[in-house]
Amino acid sequence: MIDNKEYKFSDETLTTAQRIIKRYPEGKQKSALIPLLHLAQAEFDGWLSPKAMDYVASLLQIQPIEAYEVASFYSMFNLKPVGKCVLEVCRTSSCWLMGAEDVVRHIEKKLHIKEGETSSDGMFTLKTVECLGSCGTAPMLQCGGDYYENLTMEKVDTLLEKMKDDGRRRVYTKDEMIAL
Amino acid sequence: MGRKLLLEHDNVPGINTLHVYRKHGGYTALEKALKQMTPEQIVEEVKVSGLRGRGGAGFPTGMKWSFLAKPEGVARYVVCNADESEPGTFKDRYLMERIPHLLLEGMIASSYALGAKSSYIYIRGEYYFVARIVEAAIAECYEAGLLGKNIMNSGFDHDCYVQIGAGAYICGEETALLESLEGKRGNPRIKPPFPAVAGLYGCPTVVNNVETITAVVPIIKDGGAAYAAIGIGKSTGTKLISASGHINKPGVYEIELGIPVEEFIYSDEYCGGIRNGKKMKAVVAGGSSVPILPTELILKTAAGEPRLMTYESLGDGGFLTGTMLGSGGFIVMDEDTSIVKNLYTFSRFYHHESCGQCSPCREGTGWMEKILRKILDGKGTLADVDLLWDIQSKIEGKTICPLGEAAAWPVAAAIRHFRKEFEEYVTRPSSIKDVKHYYRLNNLVDA
Repeated sequence: MIDNKEYKFSDETLTTAQRIIKRYPEGKQKSALIPLLHLAQAEFDGWLSPKAMDYVASLLQIQPIEAYEVASFYSMFNLKPVGKCVLEVCRTSSCWLMGAEDVVRHIEKKLHIKEGETSSDGMFTLKTVECLGSCGTAPMLQCGGDYYENLTMEKVDTLLEKMKDDGRRRVYTKDEMIAL
Repeated sequence: MGRKLLLEHDNVPGINTLHVYRKHGGYTALEKALKQMTPEQIVEEVKVSGLRGRGGAGFPTGMKWSFLAKPEGVARYVVCNADESEPGTFKDRYLMERIPHLLLEGMIASSYALGAKSSYIYIRGEYYFVARIVEAAIAECYEAGLLGKNIMNSGFDHDCYVQIGAGAYICGEETALLESLEGKRGNPRIKPPFPAVAGLYGCPTVVNNVETITAVVPIIKDGGAAYAAIGIGKSTGTKLISASGHINKPGVYEIELGIPVEEFIYSDEYCGGIRNGKKMKAVVAGGSSVPILPTELILKTAAGEPRLMTYESLGDGGFLTGTMLGSGGFIVMDEDTSIVKNLYTFSRFYHHESCGQCSPCREGTGWMEKILRKILDGKGTLADVDLLWDIQSKIEGKTICPLGEAAAWPVAAAIRHFRKEFEEYVTRPSSIKDVKHYYRLNNLVDA
């Protein structure tokens, strides 16, 4: 598939990126790679295509491979297209003890997808992830920059309805990213 | 009620803002440090306090600080490890969410003590909302002259930055964290050289956990001796415990080191006992990496002494009958819990999080996950239990970083203390109680 999309940050995001780069000593701009990949993922539809990573690498004057190898190491970076809302349900010990599997199964039934899949309308992707540090408020899921905790099936239903209604993509949104 | 040094004001409305934080004595320790103390005096107070690293390893902080190399003309860095990812642990998140200025006060004071002009707070990527809170607090500090040039007219300059990660447990290992902070994959480095000599960008660096750095604030305020007066023996001061699982009151509790484990679990001041009137089966006392203990061994040592919340008492008996305080991630399991299944979630975790550098860990964690899954599927054999034991014994001590041990210990302890349950799973799979789980693994329709 040929990717003809143009990859370029908006002026606003570019300003943020440049501010981040200034946090490190001269010549150490590669330190900004992870924050910039987050920016790119937020700006370019929730995932990192090779061209998106090439663009980030060019901003930091590093080789594209340096961006690929980092993006593929960290679990928060999506290397394939995802739905507008990526539901990441924690599955590790405390969350499992408190019923994480029921939450996963409930979402699977509700959205007619299996773990790892995206709904046919492109709205939701369901993932399970490792401990998110929400053990005292288990079970939980993360979507974009937000945590949804002490989940019950009713809460999950309400959440999914709300997300479906506004149809908004949930990522580290640009507004929020400016703060970083 | 135990004394509270860190969470004294955690419920005060607006304590996350500079204004309210200062109203409750905030930044007086920093003022004292900058105006009345030399850097060496602060390091000395931290040594006297007996403070031990609160991230899990429990290494004496004062000693770590004294190892910092100080070559002329070379920058030094303080890096805060806020990559909190040890399953069962959520105390650092609580501290940063509630009282971000306590961390910043500790960061600035520690940086003054160690001669660092820049510091970074490395926060796990998933804690994005936490990073925003800390960022807002940093902005307030610059505005008020608590960061930047000539802080509080002391002549000390300092800049502090937040760095976010992107989902990797291994970045909680200090050298992997530094690699990540340099924009690389989180592969731990071979030590030596230690970060104190060659850390961030090859410069001398101290990496400390969030709770460790915040503890420096009361140590400066009241002196190291006052801090050391709390606790028992080499377990001084207070510790934050993240309590989760089948208890009535999950949450973050600040305890004086030395209270009995039984009190922590059953008293209403803390966990409030086991929920739904159930009995307790087992506890993981210090985050997923430490050995799980059955009820009788977590409440009492093998010698029959009451087990206390200290590094030494929890470790009493070594791994045969003891465990570790670790990060203070305290997971309680009731009588209906499947130890085998819980172990499976741990082993899957370590397999997912292994960075892949060292063969014993990369391959071994995968095998352990697969064998446990086979056992849970009702297809295991007695030989599989022995094989699990064999694999874990061949990971421990054979890897660059402690993730190998962290993956091996939970397996060893679960088999050591609950072997009968494993045998039940493999000899009588039809007796597997966790039916729901059994169906799920086999993609069968729920009964």
